[in-house]
Amino acid sequence: MSALPEKMGNANKKKYILEGLSSKLFQFCALISVISLLLIVGFVFYKGSLPFVVDGYSFIDFLTGVDWVPSEEKFGILPMIVASVYATIGALIIGVPVGLFTAIFLAEIAPKRVAKFISPAVQLLAGIPSVLYGVFGLAIIVPFLQNVLNLPRGQSLLAVILVLAIMMLPTIVTVAETAIRAVPKTYREGSLALGASQIETIFKVVVPAAKSGVMAAIVLGVGRAIGETMAVILVAGNSLIIPTSLTDSLRPLTTNIALEMGYAFGSHQNMLFATGIVLFSFILILNFVLAKISAKGEK
Amino acid sequence: MNSIETKLNKARTGKITPIKQDSEEKAIISVRDLNLFYGEKQALFSVSMDIQEKEVTALIGPSGCGKSTFLRTLNRMNDLIDSVQINGDIVIDNENIYQTNDVIKLRTKVGMVFQKANLFPMSIYDNVAYGPRMQGLKNKKELDKIVEESLRGAAIWDEVKDRLKTSALGLSGGQQQRICIARAIAMKPEIILMDEPTSALDPISTLKVEELIEKMKKDFTIVIVTHNMQQAARISDKTAFFLNGEVIEYEQTDKIFSMPNDQRTEDYITGRFG
Ligand SMILES: Nc1ncnc2c1ncn2[C@@H]1O[C@H](COP(=O)(O)OP(=O)(O)OP(=O)(O)O)[C@@H](O)[C@H]1O
Ligand SMILES: [Mg+2]
Repeated sequence: MSALPEKMGNANKKKYILEGLSSKLFQFCALISVISLLLIVGFVFYKGSLPFVVDGYSFIDFLTGVDWVPSEEKFGILPMIVASVYATIGALIIGVPVGLFTAIFLAEIAPKRVAKFISPAVQLLAGIPSVLYGVFGLAIIVPFLQNVLNLPRGQSLLAVILVLAIMMLPTIVTVAETAIRAVPKTYREGSLALGASQIETIFKVVVPAAKSGVMAAIVLGVGRAIGETMAVILVAGNSLIIPTSLTDSLRPLTTNIALEMGYAFGSHQNMLFATGIVLFSFILILNFVLAKISAKGEK
Repeated sequence: MNSIETKLNKARTGKITPIKQDSEEKAIISVRDLNLFYGEKQALFSVSMDIQEKEVTALIGPSGCGKSTFLRTLNRMNDLIDSVQINGDIVIDNENIYQTNDVIKLRTKVGMVFQKANLFPMSIYDNVAYGPRMQGLKNKKELDKIVEESLRGAAIWDEVKDRLKTSALGLSGGQQQRICIARAIAMKPEIILMDEPTSALDPISTLKVEELIEKMKKDFTIVIVTHNMQQAARISDKTAFFLNGEVIEYEQTDKIFSMPNDQRTEDYITGRFG
């Protein structure tokens, strides 16, 4: 009892030093992430606001203009906004139900052996670089649509929607499946013991209990779709018109930036940054709305 | 469930000869030569038992002896486990439950309360109304009536009547377990199975549940697993002592606790092993 306290005192001193150091390290890392994030956002907003603040362009005309002809100083991005909205909503309409049903199938219905094989395969799909989805779209989906629908070009809103929906599937399936599997077995037993069928149990008890995880799956999937650029460039056709049908060629916000940033300068370049601001706000609004919806569901 | 045994079962009739014909009591559950396997491992060995209507039957025995396994054969909850193989007969209300395909009907007739309260993350009302709704009942008035009756039946109406629409998960453990009982009652089952329903509760909540079981006996047949000898002695009419998957002794409760026939039963209830 006599020697021990002294030794322990030493060990504790070391502990405090280490403790202090590591907390500094964490602070430093956190600072770096926050600063780089602020820098990016700040830079984009600074560059993007120049045309309106300094050069006297109208922000309203920018949002509502239908012509984008940089050589004539015409910068209207309405067609691209519409294209992005349509593509995202379309991908959601297809991707969310298919993804959720797949997740439910894997977690609840498929025999263990089948799920053990498919689930990791789906997870692997989430890691495939997006450009490969684009290549797949260009090589398979585009010619397919061209032949079946008898189009002059297969690059179209429908092609974009299909590629984005396929792209978001792995994310939605993986996250939703994890959430559904995490629902305690006792819920299922309770429901079945009350004379509910398996399907009733899944839809009335299991999925509602996994709601916040399922919402997260959808948010992540949407994030993937809306920010996607490379895959979309390959199958969108990139025409500067407001798409009015599923077979129209289109140019979403992301691809506009990627296509032109390489050679743009002056106001043109700044207008591309402004396009970035619109995209950014778009994503913020969407996340906000989805968060609101899921918070409402919690209650 | 496609073993030779099952086919043999199908060849047999649903009729069963009673073990002994000493009483006029009617057996609502008759179990004959029930063997159950988890894969290769046998968990129940030739269990035979007649359970009387409107009585409380307690299942006691050391951990791992097959009490829960047996209880869960009575509403076919074991169906959920892939590796389970069952042979033997269980007849409830003159129907061999492993020969019908209507598991849902069986489970509306044989309710279950689990060891840990497993209320769903929804309101108290929706929890209690869950079973009736699954049977297609939509009429709001009728549902209201069933919910109230069931909560009264579970002696918890006064505690929750002002908060029916709030989440059931906000209640105390003891209250939740009684809502679970109300939820089972709402199905108007004939039989209610309970697997250690008070093992996670404090003494006062336990007492409330025990009083409730006592009261429920006039309407329901109750089969309860318990590790608590006093509880078995207090609330049950008959007691079955399980050991290593076999029923060692099945007798009137007062008899089993005062002069058991088998040495092993005596050793267990006096706490010499288990
Ligand atoms: N799903 C399962 N798969 C394989 N073996 C199981 C399974 N469930 C139970 N067993 C085994 O069956 C035997 C009986 O288990 P059971 O749960 O019925 O015991 P019990 O009497 O209820 O025990 P306790 O008092 O601890 O609840 C045990 O040996 C157990 O390991
Ligand atoms: Mg048990």
